[in-house]
Amino acid sequence: MSFGGQLFLALLEGTVTGFVLALTALGLSLVFGVMRIVNVAHGEFFMLGAVIAWYFSAMFGGYFVALLAAPLVVGGIAYLADRLVLRRINYSPESTIVATIGLLYIIQQLVLTVYGPYARSVTTPFYFRVDFPWFGYSGYKLVVAGISAMLLLATWLVVTKTTAGLYMRATQQNQEMAQAFGVPVHRVYPLVFALGAGLTALAGALVVPVQQAHYLMGLDALLMSFIVVVLGGLGSLKGTMVAAFLVGISDGVVSVFFSPTLAKIIATVLVALVLSFRTGGLFGVEET
Amino acid sequence: MGEMASMTRLLQTTALSKRFRGLEAVQPVDLRLDQGEIRAIIGPNGAGKTTLVCMISGRVSPTSGQVHFKDRDITRLRAWDRVALGIVYTFQVTSIFRKLTVYENVALAVQRKLMRRALDRLTLREAILSDRVEAALAEVGLGQVGNHLAGLLPYGHQKLLEVAMALALKPEVLILDEPTQGLAPEEIINFCDLIRKISREVTILLIEHNMPVVLELATGITVMDKGAIIAVGTPDEIEANARVQEAYLGL
Amino acid sequence: MRRDHRRSIVGVHLALILLLLGAQFVVPPFHRTMVTRIMILTTYAMGYNLLLGYTGLMSLGHAMFFASGMYTTGLTVFYLGFGAPAALVAGLLASVLMSTLTGLITLRTTGASFLVITMMFSQAFHLATLYFNKFTMGDQGFILSGRLRPLRLGTAELAFSDPVLKYNLALVLFAIFLMMSVWLIGSPIGRILVGVRENEERTRLLGYNTFNYKLLSLIISGSLSGVAGSVYALTFSYVGSSFASIIYSIYPLLWTLLGGAGTTIGPFVGTAVMAFVVDIASGLTSSYLFAVGAMLIILILWFPSGVIGGIRSRWVRWLP
Repeated sequence: MSFGGQLFLALLEGTVTGFVLALTALGLSLVFGVMRIVNVAHGEFFMLGAVIAWYFSAMFGGYFVALLAAPLVVGGIAYLADRLVLRRINYSPESTIVATIGLLYIIQQLVLTVYGPYARSVTTPFYFRVDFPWFGYSGYKLVVAGISAMLLLATWLVVTKTTAGLYMRATQQNQEMAQAFGVPVHRVYPLVFALGAGLTALAGALVVPVQQAHYLMGLDALLMSFIVVVLGGLGSLKGTMVAAFLVGISDGVVSVFFSPTLAKIIATVLVALVLSFRTGGLFGVEET
Repeated sequence: MGEMASMTRLLQTTALSKRFRGLEAVQPVDLRLDQGEIRAIIGPNGAGKTTLVCMISGRVSPTSGQVHFKDRDITRLRAWDRVALGIVYTFQVTSIFRKLTVYENVALAVQRKLMRRALDRLTLREAILSDRVEAALAEVGLGQVGNHLAGLLPYGHQKLLEVAMALALKPEVLILDEPTQGLAPEEIINFCDLIRKISREVTILLIEHNMPVVLELATGITVMDKGAIIAVGTPDEIEANARVQEAYLGL
Repeated sequence: MRRDHRRSIVGVHLALILLLLGAQFVVPPFHRTMVTRIMILTTYAMGYNLLLGYTGLMSLGHAMFFASGMYTTGLTVFYLGFGAPAALVAGLLASVLMSTLTGLITLRTTGASFLVITMMFSQAFHLATLYFNKFTMGDQGFILSGRLRPLRLGTAELAFSDPVLKYNLALVLFAIFLMMSVWLIGSPIGRILVGVRENEERTRLLGYNTFNYKLLSLIISGSLSGVAGSVYALTFSYVGSSFASIIYSIYPLLWTLLGGAGTTIGPFVGTAVMAFVVDIASGLTSSYLFAVGAMLIILILWFPSGVIGGIRSRWVRWLP
């Protein structure tokens, strides 16, 4: 393939990755923005979405049902986790980190026990090929990108246009004030946590036909989400989106021309460096 | 009344200003503090008093202007180095080590003054430290509560603890940010006596809203409003000043 | 005040060391290996505790320090034929360098950002050990036995395969760093670090350049972790990239919290208890890490100050 073709492939892959990554990371960003906590189990919600999708496809033959079931089930689990654990520790930042690390291992190991250590895939629910001058490209991937884009838009609309979204933004800006104005902060929290989990589970379910579902896939999703959220600025949804594309595209480009491992190393180091010099990320507020 | 303020200039700000993202919190301000003064800075909320004093202590860096201490330009000096020079700030809302004992709170302050050589960071004479901690606590009247957890002290005592920590640092200029806020009347009287006693050796810069306290203690008053100094003078002069009365009507 | 209890403090810690010294004669061989491992990993946890328990900074990247000591020691022995002492020094130097660089970059942040950055750097390091698998043999790792020359002490020659040498090497490491941590915590530096943990801004306004002290704490913390990694490589004769993975950053957090963050003996208790828990759990199921997860949640919900922390606040207030 010519260089131009390779570059176009890289950009295309990068864009698809960017959309999916944005959807994956959105939940983490929402949770941090509104609840001010870091959910280290975030990647495991992604993985759960993928595994549940596999179960629905492979066992019940219904992939589209999976797209509904995965976010609902995972959202439910997240809601429970919030009520049973996070609320009891009062959402204290350090304790939440430890608790969610614990949750990470509990979920991961339960999946290992039930689903097993093997990576399994699902056949794409439909297959069509989009032909470019240099290569054929999976139409399903393009559809995934499209669905992700729609979900991102939908979330943005909910956050900016609905009352629920208003409650979330108010709580994010000033929790005490929001409470004083009658926002049911303690009901907002479990719902936001569940929403965050559901979004990322959906992302996991969407990628299963492309990647395989494996009990360890959460770690990578977590790392990438962290990179994107912190780079974009903790608490800034817009920042997360922009960062997702930056990371997605650069990852796509570097992976096509160099090894994916190297791409990850470079991405990680670069982002960490950016963070140390601009402690608020690209769009966030500088920390004192 | 007290002694005559000596005319030795201790602290001078020159056109010191602070702008936060479009809001000018402090307009270019020239403030002069002489050794031995008890200077009160008064003014309505939002006048820029705390911001000004934070720039003097180094907590906030100015947008423009300079700060001179004993004729030395300290504008670029970081907060912790200013403490070493003798400029000590106490917080408006008490900022102590709540989970440590009263003793340990003051010990950390005393330690700073005792650590002169690099090796002092590794080991110190406990006896000297202990004596100085006890002395500082005694001076503010907290001698009996060394073992208590700082966070469990009544609010008035927490304020006294802050002063003890400040004294342990052997300050030349002690900056008190609304020290009597939240204190009961007897505590306020107690506090004024303490300040008067301290002022024999230490120059005091005091932000206060409590006018009786200001009139009682201050040898000089600076009045601020909307980020600028609108009057400087003795308590009598300020009491009679019409502009000051006008500025305070908005309170 | 703690000062009055100085003799008791030293006594308690010496007693622990003596207990471990004597244990090797009483304990069966399998458990001897386990205690050896516990002592080395405790040193790792003690390093971590200095940063978390005493300075108040939670990192998720300490595997990077542990592994840099381990890899430097391992690689110098394997490829350059270093003897054990030289390899240990090399490992120490590498971890000091690593911690200094990391500290200078990451300490500009705090809280959640610090956590995430340290995790990211550590992940990058882990990936690098996999990427350069031509030298590091990646996940599979490499073995040192056969390449490690015996230790010469006076006229005696002790092979590194000798369990007695292993145990006592680990014990010496543990003893030195345990006493060092007791001394450091009781020193002026210790007090400053606690000040940073309790109220950093206040500490700054008491005249301390807190960045420098946080950096010092991180350097000591990382170096201790690195030395633990080096000794682990020498003792267990194996170097592999799993030790650079994120679980090895989570382990010291778990051990420290379980034993009691901000206590000197806590790391030992936590490491020892988890060693036994994991040992039992892995006999039952391959998903023994579930125990790690459950433990963390139980701790944070009901025992946030850990075993020793709880004992200290209830009965023995003078424990450092």
